[in-house]
Amino acid sequence: MSDSAHATEDERVLPAHPPVEDWVHDFDHTDPRWTEDPFPIWDELRATSPVVHTDRFLGCYLPTSYEAVKQIAHDTEHFSSRRVVVRDERPEIQRNAAPPITSDPPEHKPAKQLLLPPFTPDAMKKLEPRVRAICNELIDEFIAEGGCDAAARYTKHIPTRTICHMLGIPETDGELFVRWIHMILELGIKNEKMLQQAVQEMTTYFAGHIEARKQRPTDDLISTMMNARDKNGQPLEDSHVLGSLRLLLIAGIDTTWSAIGASLWHLARTPADRERLVREPELMPMAVEELLRAYSPVTMAREVIKETTIAGCPMKPGNMVLLSFPAANRDPAVFADADKVVIDRKSNPHAAFGLGIHRCVGSNLARMEMTVALQEWLKRIPDFRLDPAGRVAWSEGTVRGPRRLPILFGKAT
Amino acid sequence: MSGKLKVRVDQDKCQGHARCKALAPELFDLDEYGNAHAHGDGSVPAGLEDKAWLAKSNCPEIAIEVIEE
Repeated sequence: MSDSAHATEDERVLPAHPPVEDWVHDFDHTDPRWTEDPFPIWDELRATSPVVHTDRFLGCYLPTSYEAVKQIAHDTEHFSSRRVVVRDERPEIQRNAAPPITSDPPEHKPAKQLLLPPFTPDAMKKLEPRVRAICNELIDEFIAEGGCDAAARYTKHIPTRTICHMLGIPETDGELFVRWIHMILELGIKNEKMLQQAVQEMTTYFAGHIEARKQRPTDDLISTMMNARDKNGQPLEDSHVLGSLRLLLIAGIDTTWSAIGASLWHLARTPADRERLVREPELMPMAVEELLRAYSPVTMAREVIKETTIAGCPMKPGNMVLLSFPAANRDPAVFADADKVVIDRKSNPHAAFGLGIHRCVGSNLARMEMTVALQEWLKRIPDFRLDPAGRVAWSEGTVRGPRRLPILFGKAT
Repeated sequence: MSGKLKVRVDQDKCQGHARCKALAPELFDLDEYGNAHAHGDGSVPAGLEDKAWLAKSNCPEIAIEVIEE
Protein backbone atom coordinates (compact mmCIF):
# COMPACT_ATOMS: atom_id res chain seq x y z
CA MET A 1 0.00 0.00 0.00
CA SER A 2 2.96 2.32 -0.63
CA ASP A 3 0.77 4.49 -2.87
CA SER A 4 -1.91 4.80 -0.24
CA ALA A 5 -2.97 8.17 1.05
CA HIS A 6 -3.81 6.67 4.42
CA ALA A 7 -1.74 7.27 7.55
CA THR A 8 0.40 4.41 8.81
CA GLU A 9 -2.20 3.70 11.52
CA ASP A 10 -4.74 2.85 8.84
CA GLU A 11 -2.35 0.48 7.06
CA ARG A 12 -1.88 -1.48 10.27
CA VAL A 13 -5.59 -2.11 10.81
CA LEU A 14 -6.77 -2.67 7.21
CA PRO A 15 -6.26 -6.08 5.62
CA ALA A 16 -5.09 -5.49 2.06
CA HIS A 17 -7.35 -6.78 -0.70
CA PRO A 18 -5.61 -8.73 -3.48
CA PRO A 19 -5.39 -6.46 -6.53
CA VAL A 20 -7.91 -6.76 -9.34
CA GLU A 21 -6.45 -8.51 -12.37
CA ASP A 22 -9.48 -8.63 -14.66
CA TRP A 23 -11.81 -5.67 -14.34
CA VAL A 24 -14.50 -7.31 -16.47
CA HIS A 25 -15.11 -10.33 -14.21
CA ASP A 26 -14.08 -8.67 -10.98
CA PHE A 27 -14.06 -5.18 -9.51
CA ASP A 28 -13.11 -3.55 -6.23
CA HIS A 29 -14.03 0.01 -5.37
CA THR A 30 -11.26 0.01 -2.76
CA ASP A 31 -8.58 -0.89 -5.31
CA PRO A 32 -5.94 1.86 -5.69
CA ARG A 33 -6.56 2.06 -9.46
CA TRP A 34 -10.24 2.85 -8.84
CA THR A 35 -9.36 5.32 -6.10
CA GLU A 36 -6.97 7.19 -8.34
CA ASP A 37 -9.07 7.27 -11.53
CA PRO A 38 -12.26 5.20 -11.73
CA PHE A 39 -13.63 6.68 -14.97
CA PRO A 40 -11.73 4.55 -17.51
CA ILE A 41 -12.60 1.44 -15.47
CA TRP A 42 -16.30 2.27 -15.68
CA ASP A 43 -16.03 3.00 -19.42
CA GLU A 44 -14.42 -0.41 -19.96
CA LEU A 45 -17.07 -2.18 -17.86
CA ARG A 46 -19.94 -0.32 -19.51
CA ALA A 47 -18.69 -1.30 -22.93
CA THR A 48 -18.73 -4.97 -21.91
CA SER A 49 -21.99 -5.29 -20.01
CA PRO A 50 -24.41 -2.93 -18.25
CA VAL A 51 -24.08 -5.00 -15.05
CA VAL A 52 -20.97 -6.90 -13.91
CA HIS A 53 -20.31 -9.09 -10.84
CA THR A 54 -17.53 -9.83 -8.37
CA ASP A 55 -17.25 -12.52 -5.70
CA ARG A 56 -15.60 -9.97 -3.40
CA PHE A 57 -17.67 -8.43 -0.64
CA LEU A 58 -19.59 -11.75 -0.38
CA GLY A 59 -20.94 -11.17 -3.88
CA CYS A 60 -21.68 -7.82 -5.48
CA TYR A 61 -23.00 -6.45 -8.77
CA LEU A 62 -21.99 -3.20 -10.41
CA PRO A 63 -24.35 -1.55 -12.90
CA THR A 64 -22.53 1.11 -14.93
CA SER A 65 -25.20 2.28 -17.38
CA TYR A 66 -27.63 5.07 -16.51
CA GLU A 67 -30.55 2.89 -17.53
CA ALA A 68 -29.56 -0.05 -15.30
CA VAL A 69 -28.85 2.22 -12.32
CA LYS A 70 -32.18 3.98 -12.82
CA GLN A 71 -34.12 0.71 -12.98
CA ILE A 72 -32.51 -0.59 -9.81
CA ALA A 73 -33.00 2.70 -7.93
CA HIS A 74 -36.71 2.66 -8.82
CA ASP A 75 -37.24 -0.99 -7.92
CA THR A 76 -37.74 -1.27 -4.18
CA GLU A 77 -39.42 -4.65 -4.55
CA HIS A 78 -36.30 -6.51 -5.69
CA PHE A 79 -33.65 -4.22 -4.25
CA SER A 80 -33.75 -3.35 -0.55
CA SER A 81 -32.08 -0.42 1.17
CA ARG A 82 -31.71 -2.38 4.41
CA ARG A 83 -27.97 -2.45 3.60
CA VAL A 84 -26.56 0.59 1.79
CA VAL A 85 -22.79 0.17 2.07
CA VAL A 86 -20.81 -2.64 0.42
CA ARG A 87 -18.45 -4.19 2.98
CA ASP A 88 -16.30 -7.26 3.44
CA GLU A 89 -18.62 -8.56 6.12
CA ARG A 90 -22.39 -8.66 6.40
CA PRO A 91 -23.43 -8.59 10.06
CA GLU A 92 -27.04 -8.70 11.30
CA ILE A 93 -29.24 -5.88 10.11
CA GLN A 94 -29.99 -3.33 12.82
CA ARG A 95 -33.54 -2.04 13.02
CA ASN A 96 -33.70 1.69 12.30
CA ALA A 97 -30.03 1.70 11.34
CA ALA A 98 -30.35 5.09 9.63
CA PRO A 99 -33.89 5.96 8.61
CA PRO A 100 -34.89 6.84 5.91
CA ILE A 101 -31.78 5.79 3.94
CA THR A 102 -32.04 2.23 5.28
CA SER A 103 -35.84 2.15 5.02
CA ASP A 104 -37.94 0.41 2.39
CA PRO A 105 -41.59 1.18 1.70
CA PRO A 106 -43.87 1.50 3.62
CA GLU A 107 -41.65 2.80 6.48
CA HIS A 108 -39.67 4.97 4.09
CA LYS A 109 -42.14 7.73 3.25
CA PRO A 110 -43.14 8.89 6.76
CA ALA A 111 -39.51 8.75 7.91
CA LYS A 112 -38.42 10.86 4.95
CA GLN A 113 -41.23 13.39 5.20
CA LEU A 114 -40.04 14.35 8.68
CA LEU A 115 -36.74 15.48 7.26
CA LEU A 116 -37.87 17.26 4.09
CA PRO A 117 -39.19 20.62 5.42
CA PRO A 118 -35.89 21.76 7.01
CA PHE A 119 -34.09 21.11 3.69
CA THR A 120 -36.26 22.91 1.11
CA PRO A 121 -34.70 25.59 -1.16
CA ASP A 122 -36.52 28.28 0.88
CA ALA A 123 -35.01 26.93 4.11
CA MET A 124 -31.60 27.04 2.45
CA LYS A 125 -32.02 30.72 1.54
CA LYS A 126 -32.17 31.47 5.27
CA LEU A 127 -28.99 29.49 5.89
CA GLU A 128 -27.03 31.00 3.02
CA PRO A 129 -25.63 34.06 4.85
CA ARG A 130 -24.13 31.83 7.57
CA VAL A 131 -22.49 29.60 4.94
CA ARG A 132 -21.06 32.65 3.15
CA ALA A 133 -19.65 33.87 6.45
CA ILE A 134 -18.12 30.45 7.20
CA CYS A 135 -16.42 30.38 3.78
CA ASN A 136 -14.91 33.81 4.29
CA GLU A 137 -13.79 33.06 7.85
CA LEU A 138 -11.96 30.04 6.48
CA ILE A 139 -10.37 31.95 3.59
CA ASP A 140 -9.27 34.71 5.99
CA GLU A 141 -7.15 32.11 7.80
CA PHE A 142 -5.04 31.02 4.82
CA ILE A 143 -5.22 33.66 2.11
CA ALA A 144 -1.94 35.29 3.13
CA GLU A 145 -0.06 31.99 2.92
CA GLY A 146 0.20 31.91 -0.88
CA GLY A 147 -1.26 28.42 -1.05
CA CYS A 148 -2.83 25.71 1.09
CA ASP A 149 -4.22 22.21 1.26
CA ALA A 150 -7.72 23.23 0.22
CA ALA A 151 -9.17 19.95 1.52
CA ALA A 152 -7.84 20.41 5.06
CA ARG A 153 -8.29 24.20 5.28
CA TYR A 154 -11.49 24.85 3.30
CA THR A 155 -13.66 22.12 1.78
CA LYS A 156 -13.71 19.90 4.88
CA HIS A 157 -14.96 22.62 7.19
CA ILE A 158 -17.82 24.11 5.21
CA PRO A 159 -20.28 21.22 5.37
CA THR A 160 -19.05 20.24 8.83
CA ARG A 161 -19.76 23.61 10.38
CA THR A 162 -23.01 24.00 8.43
CA ILE A 163 -24.51 20.70 9.53
CA CYS A 164 -23.38 21.35 13.11
CA HIS A 165 -25.17 24.70 12.90
CA MET A 166 -28.35 23.02 11.65
CA LEU A 167 -28.16 20.28 14.29
CA GLY A 168 -27.51 22.83 17.03
CA ILE A 169 -24.22 21.26 18.09
CA PRO A 170 -20.93 23.14 18.55
CA GLU A 171 -19.11 23.85 15.28
CA THR A 172 -15.90 23.16 17.22
CA ASP A 173 -16.90 19.47 17.56
CA GLY A 174 -16.35 19.17 13.79
CA GLU A 175 -13.07 17.20 14.07
CA LEU A 176 -14.85 14.45 16.03
CA PHE A 177 -17.33 14.01 13.23
CA VAL A 178 -14.73 13.91 10.50
CA ARG A 179 -12.97 11.12 12.40
CA TRP A 180 -16.16 9.07 12.83
CA ILE A 181 -17.02 9.44 9.17
CA HIS A 182 -13.56 8.26 8.15
CA MET A 183 -14.04 5.22 10.40
CA ILE A 184 -17.51 4.42 9.10
CA LEU A 185 -17.12 5.07 5.38
CA GLU A 186 -13.51 4.24 4.69
CA LEU A 187 -11.84 2.13 7.38
CA GLY A 188 -15.13 0.48 8.27
CA ILE A 189 -15.43 -1.19 4.89
CA LYS A 190 -12.66 -3.62 5.85
CA ASN A 191 -12.67 -3.34 9.62
CA GLU A 192 -15.92 -4.15 11.37
CA LYS A 193 -14.57 -3.21 14.84
CA MET A 194 -13.77 0.34 13.69
CA LEU A 195 -17.24 0.70 12.25
CA GLN A 196 -18.88 -0.42 15.48
CA GLN A 197 -16.66 1.75 17.64
CA ALA A 198 -17.50 4.85 15.62
CA VAL A 199 -21.21 4.10 15.63
CA GLN A 200 -21.11 3.58 19.40
CA GLU A 201 -19.26 6.86 19.99
CA MET A 202 -21.68 8.78 17.76
CA THR A 203 -24.65 7.27 19.55
CA THR A 204 -23.30 8.26 22.97
CA TYR A 205 -22.57 11.76 21.71
CA PHE A 206 -26.05 12.32 20.34
CA ALA A 207 -27.75 10.71 23.34
CA GLY A 208 -26.13 13.44 25.45
CA HIS A 209 -27.51 16.17 23.19
CA ILE A 210 -30.96 14.61 23.26
CA GLU A 211 -30.91 14.57 27.07
CA ALA A 212 -29.89 18.23 27.17
CA ARG A 213 -32.82 19.20 24.95
CA LYS A 214 -35.27 17.35 27.16
CA GLN A 215 -34.33 19.89 29.82
CA ARG A 216 -34.13 22.83 27.47
CA PRO A 217 -35.83 22.49 24.04
CA THR A 218 -34.29 24.23 21.04
CA ASP A 219 -35.38 24.88 17.44
CA ASP A 220 -32.66 22.89 15.70
CA LEU A 221 -32.80 19.62 13.78
CA ILE A 222 -32.25 17.52 16.89
CA SER A 223 -35.37 19.04 18.45
CA THR A 224 -37.23 18.57 15.16
CA MET A 225 -36.54 14.84 15.43
CA MET A 226 -37.48 14.78 19.11
CA ASN A 227 -40.73 16.66 18.44
CA ALA A 228 -41.73 14.43 15.53
CA ARG A 229 -44.79 12.30 15.98
CA ASP A 230 -45.68 9.14 14.08
CA LYS A 231 -49.12 8.51 12.59
CA ASN A 232 -50.41 7.44 16.01
CA GLY A 233 -49.23 10.67 17.57
CA GLN A 234 -46.38 8.91 19.37
CA PRO A 235 -42.81 10.20 19.53
CA LEU A 236 -40.28 8.32 17.44
CA GLU A 237 -38.35 5.46 18.99
CA ASP A 238 -34.97 6.50 20.38
CA SER A 239 -33.23 4.22 17.89
CA HIS A 240 -34.99 6.00 15.00
CA VAL A 241 -34.02 9.46 16.27
CA LEU A 242 -30.41 8.38 16.82
CA GLY A 243 -30.27 6.59 13.47
CA SER A 244 -31.52 9.65 11.61
CA LEU A 245 -29.14 11.99 13.45
CA ARG A 246 -26.18 9.75 12.62
CA LEU A 247 -27.35 9.75 9.01
CA LEU A 248 -27.56 13.54 8.82
CA LEU A 249 -24.05 13.83 10.15
CA ILE A 250 -22.53 11.21 7.84
CA ALA A 251 -24.58 12.23 4.81
CA GLY A 252 -23.98 15.91 5.36
CA ILE A 253 -20.22 16.04 5.56
CA ASP A 254 -18.12 13.65 3.47
CA THR A 255 -20.37 14.02 0.47
CA THR A 256 -20.44 17.80 0.13
CA TRP A 257 -16.79 18.06 1.19
CA SER A 258 -16.01 15.78 -1.75
CA ALA A 259 -18.11 17.70 -4.24
CA ILE A 260 -16.61 21.07 -3.32
CA GLY A 261 -13.11 19.58 -3.35
CA ALA A 262 -13.47 17.89 -6.71
CA SER A 263 -14.81 21.15 -8.15
CA LEU A 264 -11.82 23.12 -6.89
CA TRP A 265 -9.51 20.39 -8.21
CA HIS A 266 -11.13 20.72 -11.64
CA LEU A 267 -10.96 24.51 -11.63
CA ALA A 268 -7.33 24.42 -10.45
CA ARG A 269 -6.40 22.38 -13.54
CA THR A 270 -8.71 24.14 -16.02
CA PRO A 271 -7.94 27.85 -16.26
CA ALA A 272 -10.45 28.32 -19.13
CA ASP A 273 -13.38 27.22 -16.96
CA ARG A 274 -12.15 29.22 -13.98
CA GLU A 275 -11.73 32.37 -16.03
CA ARG A 276 -15.14 31.93 -17.61
CA LEU A 277 -16.83 31.62 -14.21
CA VAL A 278 -15.10 34.78 -13.03
CA ARG A 279 -16.21 36.66 -16.18
CA GLU A 280 -19.73 35.16 -16.23
CA PRO A 281 -20.79 34.48 -12.62
CA GLU A 282 -24.36 33.85 -13.79
CA LEU A 283 -23.05 30.53 -15.20
CA MET A 284 -22.36 29.19 -11.71
CA PRO A 285 -25.66 27.27 -11.21
CA MET A 286 -25.16 25.41 -14.51
CA ALA A 287 -21.50 24.81 -13.69
CA VAL A 288 -22.41 23.38 -10.28
CA GLU A 289 -24.75 20.86 -11.95
CA GLU A 290 -22.05 19.84 -14.44
CA LEU A 291 -19.44 19.44 -11.71
CA LEU A 292 -21.94 17.32 -9.77
CA ARG A 293 -22.44 15.17 -12.84
CA ALA A 294 -18.79 14.74 -13.75
CA TYR A 295 -17.47 14.28 -10.20
CA SER A 296 -20.47 12.79 -8.41
CA PRO A 297 -19.17 11.93 -4.98
CA VAL A 298 -21.69 9.38 -3.82
CA THR A 299 -22.12 5.73 -4.68
CA MET A 300 -24.88 3.97 -2.83
CA ALA A 301 -25.75 0.29 -2.56
CA ARG A 302 -28.68 -2.08 -2.37
CA GLU A 303 -29.16 -5.69 -1.37
CA VAL A 304 -30.85 -7.99 -3.88
CA ILE A 305 -33.76 -9.58 -2.02
CA LYS A 306 -35.68 -11.10 -4.93
CA GLU A 307 -34.29 -12.48 -8.15
CA THR A 308 -34.77 -10.30 -11.21
CA THR A 309 -33.20 -9.29 -14.52
CA ILE A 310 -31.84 -5.82 -15.21
CA ALA A 311 -30.60 -4.83 -18.69
CA GLY A 312 -30.57 -8.49 -19.60
CA CYS A 313 -28.44 -9.43 -16.58
CA PRO A 314 -29.82 -11.86 -14.00
CA MET A 315 -29.41 -10.55 -10.44
CA LYS A 316 -29.71 -13.02 -7.57
CA PRO A 317 -30.61 -12.56 -3.90
CA GLY A 318 -27.78 -12.64 -1.39
CA ASN A 319 -25.71 -10.24 -3.48
CA MET A 320 -25.15 -6.56 -2.91
CA VAL A 321 -25.32 -3.99 -5.70
CA LEU A 322 -22.88 -1.10 -5.83
CA LEU A 323 -25.34 1.49 -7.09
CA SER A 324 -22.99 3.75 -8.98
CA PHE A 325 -24.61 7.10 -9.69
CA PRO A 326 -21.18 8.45 -10.67
CA ALA A 327 -20.83 5.77 -13.38
CA ALA A 328 -24.40 6.39 -14.57
CA ASN A 329 -23.58 10.09 -14.88
CA ARG A 330 -20.75 9.28 -17.29
CA ASP A 331 -22.93 7.20 -19.64
CA PRO A 332 -22.48 8.42 -23.25
CA ALA A 333 -25.91 6.98 -24.08
CA VAL A 334 -27.42 9.80 -22.00
CA PHE A 335 -24.82 12.58 -21.97
CA ALA A 336 -23.08 13.90 -25.07
CA ASP A 337 -19.34 14.28 -24.37
CA ALA A 338 -19.97 12.37 -21.15
CA ASP A 339 -16.28 12.29 -20.27
CA LYS A 340 -15.84 16.07 -20.63
CA VAL A 341 -16.77 18.82 -18.22
CA VAL A 342 -18.95 21.23 -20.18
CA ILE A 343 -19.67 23.97 -17.68
CA ASP A 344 -22.56 25.44 -19.66
CA ARG A 345 -24.20 22.07 -20.38
CA LYS A 346 -27.89 22.81 -20.97
CA SER A 347 -29.49 19.39 -20.69
CA ASN A 348 -28.21 17.69 -17.56
CA PRO A 349 -30.63 15.29 -15.84
CA HIS A 350 -27.83 13.84 -13.76
CA ALA A 351 -28.29 11.36 -10.93
CA ALA A 352 -25.72 12.70 -8.48
CA PHE A 353 -28.39 12.93 -5.78
CA GLY A 354 -29.89 9.58 -6.68
CA LEU A 355 -33.11 8.66 -8.45
CA GLY A 356 -36.49 7.62 -7.12
CA ILE A 357 -37.74 7.68 -3.54
CA HIS A 358 -34.29 7.87 -1.93
CA ARG A 359 -33.41 11.17 -3.64
CA CYS A 360 -30.98 12.86 -1.30
CA VAL A 361 -32.78 14.87 1.39
CA GLY A 362 -29.84 17.26 1.52
CA SER A 363 -29.63 18.01 -2.21
CA ASN A 364 -30.71 21.66 -1.84
CA LEU A 365 -28.26 22.14 1.02
CA ALA A 366 -25.42 20.54 -0.93
CA ARG A 367 -26.10 22.72 -3.96
CA MET A 368 -26.21 25.85 -1.84
CA GLU A 369 -22.97 25.00 -0.04
CA MET A 370 -21.19 24.15 -3.28
CA THR A 371 -22.39 27.32 -4.99
CA VAL A 372 -21.42 29.59 -2.12
CA ALA A 373 -18.08 27.83 -1.50
CA LEU A 374 -17.06 28.24 -5.15
CA GLN A 375 -18.39 31.81 -5.42
CA GLU A 376 -16.50 33.01 -2.37
CA TRP A 377 -13.29 31.19 -3.31
CA LEU A 378 -13.36 32.63 -6.86
CA LYS A 379 -14.11 36.12 -5.54
CA ARG A 380 -11.03 36.11 -3.33
CA ILE A 381 -8.74 33.68 -5.16
CA PRO A 382 -9.68 33.92 -8.87
CA ASP A 383 -6.35 32.46 -10.00
CA PHE A 384 -5.02 29.21 -8.56
CA ARG A 385 -3.39 25.98 -9.65
CA LEU A 386 -2.43 22.55 -8.34
CA ASP A 387 0.86 22.63 -6.47
CA PRO A 388 3.27 20.63 -8.66
CA ALA A 389 5.30 19.77 -5.54
CA GLY A 390 2.25 18.29 -3.82
CA ARG A 391 0.14 15.19 -4.41
CA VAL A 392 -3.64 15.05 -4.58
CA ALA A 393 -5.07 12.15 -2.56
CA TRP A 394 -8.55 10.78 -3.20
CA SER A 395 -10.74 9.06 -0.61
CA GLU A 396 -11.30 5.35 -0.94
CA GLY A 397 -14.56 3.48 -1.25
CA THR A 398 -18.07 4.79 -1.14
CA VAL A 399 -17.70 8.56 -1.31
CA ARG A 400 -15.08 9.97 -3.66
CA GLY A 401 -13.38 13.32 -3.21
CA PRO A 402 -9.94 14.82 -2.62
CA ARG A 403 -8.73 14.40 0.95
CA ARG A 404 -5.52 16.28 0.21
CA LEU A 405 -5.59 19.10 -2.35
CA PRO A 406 -2.38 21.17 -2.41
CA ILE A 407 -3.08 24.44 -4.21
CA LEU A 408 -0.97 27.50 -5.00
CA PHE A 409 -2.67 30.89 -5.34
CA GLY A 410 -2.12 33.21 -8.27
CA LYS A 411 -1.09 32.53 -11.85
CA ALA A 412 1.85 30.27 -12.59
CA THR A 413 4.96 32.38 -13.03
CA MET B 1 -52.31 25.27 -32.64
CA SER B 2 -52.11 28.47 -30.66
CA GLY B 3 -48.41 27.89 -29.96
CA LYS B 4 -49.11 28.23 -26.28
CA LEU B 5 -47.42 25.86 -23.90
CA LYS B 6 -48.49 24.37 -20.60
CA VAL B 7 -46.35 22.55 -18.06
CA ARG B 8 -47.46 19.77 -15.77
CA VAL B 9 -45.65 17.84 -13.02
CA ASP B 10 -46.45 14.16 -12.48
CA GLN B 11 -46.85 14.01 -8.70
CA ASP B 12 -46.11 10.28 -8.56
CA LYS B 13 -42.76 10.76 -10.28
CA CYS B 14 -41.62 14.01 -8.63
CA GLN B 15 -38.98 13.38 -5.98
CA GLY B 16 -38.14 16.97 -5.13
CA HIS B 17 -34.87 17.42 -7.04
CA ALA B 18 -36.15 21.00 -7.58
CA ARG B 19 -34.28 21.45 -10.88
CA CYS B 20 -37.48 22.85 -12.43
CA LYS B 21 -37.80 25.51 -9.75
CA ALA B 22 -34.15 26.47 -10.18
CA LEU B 23 -34.37 26.74 -13.98
CA ALA B 24 -37.90 28.08 -14.40
CA PRO B 25 -38.93 29.68 -11.11
CA GLU B 26 -41.88 31.49 -12.74
CA LEU B 27 -43.42 28.23 -13.92
CA PHE B 28 -43.21 25.98 -10.85
CA ASP B 29 -44.00 26.13 -7.15
CA LEU B 30 -42.65 23.87 -4.40
CA ASP B 31 -44.68 22.59 -1.46
CA GLU B 32 -43.49 22.31 2.15
CA TYR B 33 -41.70 19.04 1.31
CA GLY B 34 -39.88 20.58 -1.63
CA ASN B 35 -41.98 18.75 -4.24
CA ALA B 36 -43.01 20.64 -7.38
CA HIS B 37 -46.23 21.47 -9.14
CA ALA B 38 -47.05 23.83 -11.99
CA HIS B 39 -47.69 27.47 -11.06
CA GLY B 40 -51.33 28.39 -11.59
CA ASP B 41 -52.83 26.32 -14.39
CA GLY B 42 -49.39 25.65 -15.87
CA SER B 43 -49.71 28.19 -18.70
CA VAL B 44 -46.33 29.32 -19.91
CA PRO B 45 -46.20 33.12 -20.44
CA ALA B 46 -44.84 34.32 -23.78
CA GLY B 47 -41.06 34.47 -23.71
CA LEU B 48 -40.63 31.71 -21.14
CA GLU B 49 -41.00 28.78 -23.54
CA ASP B 50 -37.27 27.98 -23.48
CA LYS B 51 -37.39 27.71 -19.69
CA ALA B 52 -40.26 25.21 -19.92
CA TRP B 53 -38.23 22.95 -22.22
CA LEU B 54 -35.11 23.38 -20.07
CA ALA B 55 -37.03 22.33 -16.97
CA LYS B 56 -38.36 19.26 -18.76
CA SER B 57 -34.99 18.13 -20.06
CA ASN B 58 -33.29 18.57 -16.69
CA CYS B 59 -35.75 16.62 -14.53
CA PRO B 60 -33.99 13.37 -13.56
CA GLU B 61 -37.34 11.71 -12.86
CA ILE B 62 -38.87 12.72 -16.24
CA ALA B 63 -41.76 14.11 -14.22
CA ILE B 64 -42.38 17.21 -16.31
CA GLU B 65 -44.68 17.32 -19.30
CA VAL B 66 -44.72 20.24 -21.73
CA ILE B 67 -48.02 20.31 -23.57
CA GLU B 68 -48.46 22.26 -26.81
CA GLU B 69 -51.99 23.53 -27.18
